Amino acid sequence: MDHRPQAWGRPRDDVYGAYDASYLQTSGPKNATQSPVVTGTSVIALKFKDGVVMAADNLASYGSLARFTDVKRLRVFLDSSIIGFGGDVSDMQYLDRHLNELAIDEAYDNDPSTVPSDGTSPPGTLNAANLHKYLQKLMYKRRNDFDPLWNQLLVAGLDADAKPYLASIDLRGTTFTSPTLATGFGSALAQPIMRRYASTEEQAASRTREEAIEVAKECMKVLYYRDARSLDRYSIAVVTKEGVELKQDELLERQSWAFAERIRGYGTQTV
Amino acid sequence: MAMFSQNPLMNGPNYSFNEGPKVNAPEGARQHRFDPYTDNGGSTLAISGADFTIMAGDTRLTSGYSINSRYHPKVFKIGGTTADQHDATLCLSVVGFAADGEALKERLDAICKMYQYRHGKPMSVKACAQRLSTILYQKRFFPYYVYAILGGLDEEGKGAVYSYDPVGSYEREQCRAGGAAASLIMPFLDNQVNFKNQHVPGSGEGHALQERERKPLTRSEVEILVKDVFDGAVERHIEVGDGLQMMVITKNGIEEIFLPLKED
Amino acid sequence: MPGFDFSNYNRNAALHAQGVPLPKATSTGTTIVGCIFEGGVVIAADTRATSGPIVADKNCEKLHYISPNIWCAGAGTAADTEFTTALISSQLELHSLSTGRKPRVVTCMTLLKQHLFRYQGHIGAYLVVAGADSTGVHLFTVHAHGSTDKLPYVTMGSGSLAAMSVFETQWKAKMTQDEAVKLCSEAILAGIFNDLGSGSNVDVAVITPDKTTLKRNYIKPNERTQKLKSYKFARGTTAVLNEKIIRKEDLGNFVSVQEIHVAEPGDKMEVDV
Repeated sequence: MDHRPQAWGRPRDDVYGAYDASYLQTSGPKNATQSPVVTGTSVIALKFKDGVVMAADNLASYGSLARFTDVKRLRVFLDSSIIGFGGDVSDMQYLDRHLNELAIDEAYDNDPSTVPSDGTSPPGTLNAANLHKYLQKLMYKRRNDFDPLWNQLLVAGLDADAKPYLASIDLRGTTFTSPTLATGFGSALAQPIMRRYASTEEQAASRTREEAIEVAKECMKVLYYRDARSLDRYSIAVVTKEGVELKQDELLERQSWAFAERIRGYGTQTV
Repeated sequence: MAMFSQNPLMNGPNYSFNEGPKVNAPEGARQHRFDPYTDNGGSTLAISGADFTIMAGDTRLTSGYSINSRYHPKVFKIGGTTADQHDATLCLSVVGFAADGEALKERLDAICKMYQYRHGKPMSVKACAQRLSTILYQKRFFPYYVYAILGGLDEEGKGAVYSYDPVGSYEREQCRAGGAAASLIMPFLDNQVNFKNQHVPGSGEGHALQERERKPLTRSEVEILVKDVFDGAVERHIEVGDGLQMMVITKNGIEEIFLPLKED
Repeated sequence: MPGFDFSNYNRNAALHAQGVPLPKATSTGTTIVGCIFEGGVVIAADTRATSGPIVADKNCEKLHYISPNIWCAGAGTAADTEFTTALISSQLELHSLSTGRKPRVVTCMTLLKQHLFRYQGHIGAYLVVAGADSTGVHLFTVHAHGSTDKLPYVTMGSGSLAAMSVFETQWKAKMTQDEAVKLCSEAILAGIFNDLGSGSNVDVAVITPDKTTLKRNYIKPNERTQKLKSYKFARGTTAVLNEKIIRKEDLGNFVSVQEIHVAEPGDKMEVDV
């Protein structure tokens, strides 16, 4: 006899048979949520004095399979902002379509000839800060509907005062900003490198474009060394007042695998 | 699982209380359930004085073992007439799930702004406190996972602090700590703000010993206390650190102070 | 019977099945690293021990002694790293006494991996083993399940990725001792400031064929800030609700007292010379 209070007064299975759970509700609630299928790995981004550099490799993985090796995960918005996508690629493409529509609507409403000469965005156009807020609301709405877009996004560009702007959004609508940002594996591997380059806004504001690009390339290299879902082909974008410069087919340079020559086995082997 | 479905104590019959509703998924199929919540760490604190309220929070935003941001404010001015909130009279601090905190802050801010435009005067803390409670309870079955504290000055000009649980139960208090290190901070605050367990030396024997008289702390005393409290929390809680943000609410407006905290 | 006692296993399984949570072990969410240089090896560790999100120890030691020429950095469950290294240290000492030779690093690594493999990962010890012996300088990692690795630079623990980012950007072959110490401490600092499981100070051990140098608290980048105010209470602030004085001569009324005379005060333990 089981004397635990939880057992008191309960029908015994060996007397009455096990309870037929099919009398209970057998179908769960509607399952809108899927899990990510084809995924992209890290996106990294860092501010410098005139703008922001962002990079992501060109791989879309299917589980542990390197499925698509030419997928561009950085996107330009209205020639003034860049968005980097980590996570599910189909959700990325949905967002891409959505942003294309948004960009067309914006273009109808605004005459590009009215752009002020001081670099600030004309009133009414979406700058990076506005775009970030828009995407945050979109992502938070989808999480509230239990139908999330399985991405982490980095948004870079300039804010209303024409200062460099960089912020992140994840699948739950959580947002944050920092002088340097990275999604996925990059938050563990690339952030320490980028924080050595600039740990505060003041430090980031004293860095040059060349320094920022150099650090971004170094981070992509370390990610390729240590992230098993990464690729040596990547995209890199720089956004400044002058607009966006996007290169989509870069190859990692100066890799070093020299240490491998010295390795012999994993334990007692010597030859 | 098989080993626990038998009564492990007796190796005997099983009881039906173990049976729950079964999802009609094929055997062995694993479902990747979406969890709409996360905990972004951090801690907040509010102390009211005779003619001021100080609200504070650290500025670290975490997920798991990583630091997402070293500068993510948790204390916000609420209900100003402009975007920069220069004429705001109330402060809201939110800690817990950052996305819900942001959403809650924006909703309450919008409501306070609407009140201002309609009535031509800022919302009182008391009214705002009640409204915040209602907002939280409206989402009773999909709550904002947020520990909120509202601070301001009441109708008599005294400091007022209202603290909330995630589903809208609220109370006016002298002081309150919220978030990750609340359990470390709150007992210290009880002792140092409300003088709990402090007595007047030599005023009596045993139970007859007089309790130390409660009187509100001055602004400088509270500012020192807040810094010391957060320095202590940083030492012993891994999710607290990086920066300390303080809002000092007085009749002359809201002053914002930033101080550095340890970054490890 | 030697080894672990499993007599509470069934009771604990039953309790766990009923929803009683497992006791929380102090784990060293940690950054530990090791790096070979020209003529020796360096290992380093942070000094934070955590229990969930609470810092259990702000200055713990994660560099464990195995033998004078072999040291171990440990991550994972604190008790497991402590006892596993102590156990293997003891076995290695006996082995060394019996063979009349200095212990070798591969012997230590093999004993560790065989011990850990036997317990199928239930002993949560993640170790970086480093040392110098008659066959040269060696650096290994040993995982809780018993797998090992032999590499010129290694990192482990929750801060391993942060630390590895330093090695992958700054490591080069044939470093000097000073360069290796600097690189290892940089790696630990990356863990301390980027990983919440790691914190406080940097411990470093340098092992060369002729000596081991333990640099405890080599870098202290996180000194506690001075409190702005004194929180000393005036004497008498705490209420004394009840007071009872028992004099020494009345002690026998409450407990049985037996006087035991020590032959010689300050008696030393008998040891082999």
